[in-house]
Amino acid sequence: MFRYTKLSALREIGLWLLAVVYLAPFYVLIATALKPDSEVFSTSALAPPKSPTLQSFSHVLSAGGESDIKVGLANSLFITTGSIIVLVLLGSLTGYVIARNTRRWSRALFFLFLIAIVLPIQLGTVPLYISARTLHLTGSAPGMIVLYGGLLLPLSVFIYAGFFRGMGTDYEEAAAIDGAGPGQVFFRIVLPLMAPATGTVAILTGLIVWNDFFTPLIFLGGSDQQTLPVAMYYYIGSLVSQWNQIFAIVILSMIPILVFYLVAQKRFIQGFAGGIKG
Amino acid sequence: MKTAVQPPPVEPADRPRRRIDGERRKVHTIGRWWWALPGALLVIAMHYGATAVGGSFAFTNWSGIGSFEWIGLGNFERIFDDPTKLTALRNTLLLAFGSVILSNLAGVVLAIGLNRVLKTRYLLRTLFFMPVVLSPLATSYIWKFIFQLDGPLNSILSGVGLDGLARPWLADPIWALWAVLLVVVWQNTGFAMVIYMSGLASVPVEIEEAAAIEGASLWQRTWHVVLPCLRPAIAIATTLGLVNGLRIFDQILALTGGGPANATATLATEVYKQAFSLGNFGYGAALAVILTVIILTFAVIQQRVVQGRPEV
Repeated sequence: MFRYTKLSALREIGLWLLAVVYLAPFYVLIATALKPDSEVFSTSALAPPKSPTLQSFSHVLSAGGESDIKVGLANSLFITTGSIIVLVLLGSLTGYVIARNTRRWSRALFFLFLIAIVLPIQLGTVPLYISARTLHLTGSAPGMIVLYGGLLLPLSVFIYAGFFRGMGTDYEEAAAIDGAGPGQVFFRIVLPLMAPATGTVAILTGLIVWNDFFTPLIFLGGSDQQTLPVAMYYYIGSLVSQWNQIFAIVILSMIPILVFYLVAQKRFIQGFAGGIKG
Repeated sequence: MKTAVQPPPVEPADRPRRRIDGERRKVHTIGRWWWALPGALLVIAMHYGATAVGGSFAFTNWSGIGSFEWIGLGNFERIFDDPTKLTALRNTLLLAFGSVILSNLAGVVLAIGLNRVLKTRYLLRTLFFMPVVLSPLATSYIWKFIFQLDGPLNSILSGVGLDGLARPWLADPIWALWAVLLVVVWQNTGFAMVIYMSGLASVPVEIEEAAAIEGASLWQRTWHVVLPCLRPAIAIATTLGLVNGLRIFDQILALTGGGPANATATLATEVYKQAFSLGNFGYGAALAVILTVIILTFAVIQQRVVQGRPEV
């Protein structure tokens, strides 16, 4: 019935033209980053670089202090990995209890987490900042992991609870009958079966943490320990129209996530489409 | 937990909860209730506790150091008397609703366009989705360049003889906001598209075929068969888009910093400016209260409109 017709071919060509326009900003990005200083101002913004050079990239990589990109990259990796581990552990345990329990308090708890998903961080930021400063957690990467562990937990719990509800209890019961304790059942039976949920949680929360700008801007502000977006923000703030350098740093900040996306794009897209529906 | 030593009480009032078959049996496998404790405490403290404390700042004139006084609704009166804050409120709503409507329209069109038979549909999907995974801050810098006076957009305009339209887009008090909106829509369309694609995949082929055989046109099939099936997808995409749109911050800071002359300021950027740049914690908190109330209100309304799905 739905076969490939001439109309389909036309649709395909049209969508490719649209994709070219849609992704044209990336052409500008790469072309400009490869231009030497002399070409940035003298040539048209649309022209390809005449003598491509990587000098902007080496400039960017040599910056220090709060705009040190290498430190930013290391911190972003550390904070993202740490946050994912915390969110998977706490989120799966909490989501499991909520999903398997039919008591009233567990339903109340679920709604508590649900509302917290949409609660904006702005209002709580000042008290959180003061608490974190008292506990010496500001300006430190481990402190950021604690922060994200709490802030993104509702999303993680929500996703896990949705997946647990869709999973039967047969395996757990079988394991329990065979004498496994609750901890064993959870870590050796339930969690391995939940690999798709864990993947979704890791991708969604990891992406949020990796790309987050507001929270580290506040909580790491004034220290040398920055994440990639904040280091980028500070670095660009010190430049005036040095677009080749600005774009070099933008490209550097995009490479890790783009590689990850292109390798695991199916999981990414499924994570977004499926995880959010639960 | 306790096993059935004594016979279960027979009062019918207890019936509904007992109705769930095997609840007793399941008790052995649900783990332990206290497993939820660390998570629950963390969320109660960091979301609800912090929000409540922050909310109480809104009724003070605290500036971060020293003592403060309770000034009642003073901060809120100042906000609603201040035209720049009302502009920020208007901008927030315009960007949130504008980006939700436009990126969902674009997303649904792309999803329908990419639905079935196309040979390269997965490749195209990967491409259109790409901006979603990138940092809004990073992509905004690309657009900042595109909108420059001597940038690519104006080069293209003058290339096709539309020199008259060329302008410094982000420095233009009227156009800056629309430029920001375009960037947000560009970044979010892929997300809406993916949600709709998975919604479309749930439309049964047989029904669409049946409609086609009965002589329904492409438009009729889309409107009467496909769209009703997309209702849940629409609910999710719009709710999330709206909540995120109302919090918009990164793009503004990268593109315009709220300028020119506050023309693109939003509630989130004003909270940041007042509380963290100027140290007006009380005033900033009052702005944040308004932002929070707006977000919660729209999230609840949205849930009411699309009844039947308690999840976000």
